[in-house]
Amino acid sequence: MNVAEWEARAAAARERMAASGTRVCVCSGASCMVSGGDAVLEATEKAVKSAGLEGSARVVKVGCMGTCSQGPLVRLDPDGVVYQKMDASKAGRVIDKHLKNKALLRESLLFAGPAEPGVERPSEHPFYARQLQVVLEHCGRINPEDIDEYLAVGGYRALYKALSSMSPEEVIGEVKMSGLRGRGGAGFPTGLKWETAYRHVADHKYVVCNGDEGDPGAFMDRAVMEGDPQRILEGMAIAAYAVGADRGFIYVRGEFPPLAIRRLGIAIEQARAAGLLGRNILETGFNFDIEIRIGAGAYVCGEETALLISIEGRRGVPRPRPPFPAESGLWGKPTLLNNVETYAGVAPIIERGGEWYSTIGTAKSMGTKVFALAGAINRTGLIEVPMGITLREIIYDIGGGIPGGRRFKAAQTGGPVGGCIPEQYLDVRVDYESLVGLGSMMGSGGLIVMDDTTCMVNLARYFMEFCMDESCGKCVPCRVGTRQMHLLLSRICGGEGTERDLALLEELAPYCREASLCGLGQGAPNTLMSTLRHFRDEYLVHIREKRCPAGECAMAGAPAGVR
Amino acid sequence: MAALEIFVNDRKVACESGATVLQACRAAGVNLPTLCHFKGLSEVGACRLCLVELEGSPRLAAACTLHVAPNQRIRTDTERLRRYRRMTVELLFSERNHVCSVCSANGDCELQELGYAVGMDHVRFPFLNPICNLDASKSEFAIDHNRCVLCTRCVRVCAEVEGAHNWDVQGRGFLSRIVSDLNQPWAESTTCTTCGKCIDVCPVGALWPKHKAQGQFEKRPEFVSELIAKRGRGRP
Ligand SMILES: Cc1cc2nc3c(=O)[nH]c(=O)nc-3n(C[C@H](O)[C@H](O)[C@H](O)COP(=O)(O)O)c2cc1C
Ligand code: SF4
Ligand code: FES
Repeated sequence: MNVAEWEARAAAARERMAASGTRVCVCSGASCMVSGGDAVLEATEKAVKSAGLEGSARVVKVGCMGTCSQGPLVRLDPDGVVYQKMDASKAGRVIDKHLKNKALLRESLLFAGPAEPGVERPSEHPFYARQLQVVLEHCGRINPEDIDEYLAVGGYRALYKALSSMSPEEVIGEVKMSGLRGRGGAGFPTGLKWETAYRHVADHKYVVCNGDEGDPGAFMDRAVMEGDPQRILEGMAIAAYAVGADRGFIYVRGEFPPLAIRRLGIAIEQARAAGLLGRNILETGFNFDIEIRIGAGAYVCGEETALLISIEGRRGVPRPRPPFPAESGLWGKPTLLNNVETYAGVAPIIERGGEWYSTIGTAKSMGTKVFALAGAINRTGLIEVPMGITLREIIYDIGGGIPGGRRFKAAQTGGPVGGCIPEQYLDVRVDYESLVGLGSMMGSGGLIVMDDTTCMVNLARYFMEFCMDESCGKCVPCRVGTRQMHLLLSRICGGEGTERDLALLEELAPYCREASLCGLGQGAPNTLMSTLRHFRDEYLVHIREKRCPAGECAMAGAPAGVR
Repeated sequence: MAALEIFVNDRKVACESGATVLQACRAAGVNLPTLCHFKGLSEVGACRLCLVELEGSPRLAAACTLHVAPNQRIRTDTERLRRYRRMTVELLFSERNHVCSVCSANGDCELQELGYAVGMDHVRFPFLNPICNLDASKSEFAIDHNRCVLCTRCVRVCAEVEGAHNWDVQGRGFLSRIVSDLNQPWAESTTCTTCGKCIDVCPVGALWPKHKAQGQFEKRPEFVSELIAKRGRGRP
């Protein structure tokens, strides 16, 4: 495909989308699918057909719309009206009432509940109004299985801009200027990483996308893979051009429902067929192709060195760095490895400029971040916010606060290797440095909200168990340290802990953090350390009074009548 | 290779570029405890006993996998490092079922020596007492997982020197186990050549010749290192 053909195809796709009348978008995100999205899709298609509306409405399957707690969802574009908690019969009523009779089906409007009416214009509701969607701008709006829809919304314009009018140095310069930092957890400056990979001369280089997302409750990357896979491919192609790579891999967690892998596969095939992957892309002489690699679900394979070893077909175990992958990665060649969300942020940066991106967020954490809201919060789901927003705004304005009138206790960020943030820090600005300052971390975007029924000692025990089970077993501090810490925490939760156990825990935690080989062992004590920092009294009550203040731990050693 | 200088505990030490900090330290007579390191085999940085403090870096680094760089400043003997080394040895003793009195390697055991070296007078952590197997199916040798410290020396010597790759690691974390072939009884391995190199490199009594009783077994680790050196492969 050359430029003229590509532009013509995008224009035709735009016209087709505009001419199809109302787009009945049915969410096929993971959460909506679990709650019956399949049946809704089928019923919607049937209803449109039997109402004879095929000429003026088109049913489209789209990715996650964000308000997962209200699913299954159906949105009617261009009106922008969203209907919640759909089932087959309600979907039929939506088509009848909204499309045929041009009236709102009020009882099914988004966020309609016994106490409050639904919203007519979701974009004005705080859930969406407080967000800023860059990475997710097309997710939930276009059909992820149709490259034409991606082209229609401006897809691959950034790649063409880079290939036709920018040198690799200029692309890297733009990414550096944007201030983009790795969204996979560590927050390393993306431009610097690209520059390192660019500087290392080799006959082959690789670009790898980390789609191993293994934090319990996190689904940011999966939502992008399912909802806008072309965006990831475009970002990877731009990166490959910048660093001089000719081959790419996307490493996807094998435990995911097959949807993400299937859609990525379809996206790659369609991009190849359109000449946007493969040889001589857009007739600029640039060659780049991408393959999918499916991991077997070990959490540690999300760690970059283990991931690369796993792609090579060996046992996925981390190795010491340096050398960093950008110097020596896959098969010893310079390899650029970034997270899904990082790549998905690249195209807008190239298209609108690094400077534009750098105006979003804070001085050191620029741009936006996607979070998966989970736990004791009214509106669970997928959100994208500008960095620097406060935790309170996320939890109360966007998330709608704590259900059942209960009290907020803490929020866990950074997954099992992250930490918790207690109530007194609700006004903390969410950026890389502030969260680390509180003993937690940004992580990849999981945000679990806990109310006063959660025991913080048990939380530490739970995440320690996760790390213990997922430890690769290579280094001693993590392999045996997590096991010992889990044992000691279990004793305390069971009412059999002593102050000596607590002292041992406080000795093991910094040891495991500082002596372990990779980020898993280094991060494993984080929840323990942050709960000890903010909720030490809860530990002491477990030990001294054999009592669990939150009422979550069953105390074996408790005197009769005390729980 | 070019010569360069680093500072070990404020002392100037000359070394070759490309050397590891462990090599530089040992050449200069600075001792560092090691367990997974074995002269001639690839380095894995797994036991974390050789950790050093590196000026300008918030992280501790394993000397066996850290390469020297001009004017690098290393500390090998701080209070924190000594404490952490002792904890590593304690954790290793707590992990499996180490009963020296019935072990063929008693008296010639690197774990025992490490215990003395780091001043471990007792183990403060609960003993974990896992259930471990013993594979005595092979007529010459046996492997007792109760004594294994997962240093992976056997895995590496078998793959890198003998070229057989009989040994590998199965499972993960605390449940990791060294396995023969695809977890078959050792006697049924189709790759094992019965060369015995794994027996000589095992730092403890996990791999041993069956005809040796308690405390009788003398290992010859130098033999394997010399063999590698003579072949002109591997690390010095
Ligand atoms: C135990 C462990 C698990 C990790 N899991 C992931 C993951 O699932 N996805 C991810 O992108 N990064 C993960 N990381 C971080 C990666 O090692 C790496 O830093 C990241 O993918 C780099 O991309 P970025 O710079 O774009 O963030 C993990 C790190 C550790 C230590
Ligand atoms: S820290 Fe844990 S996961 Fe990482 S190398 Fe050590 S044992 Fe493996
Ligand atoms: S000898 Fe360096 S980590 Fe084991």
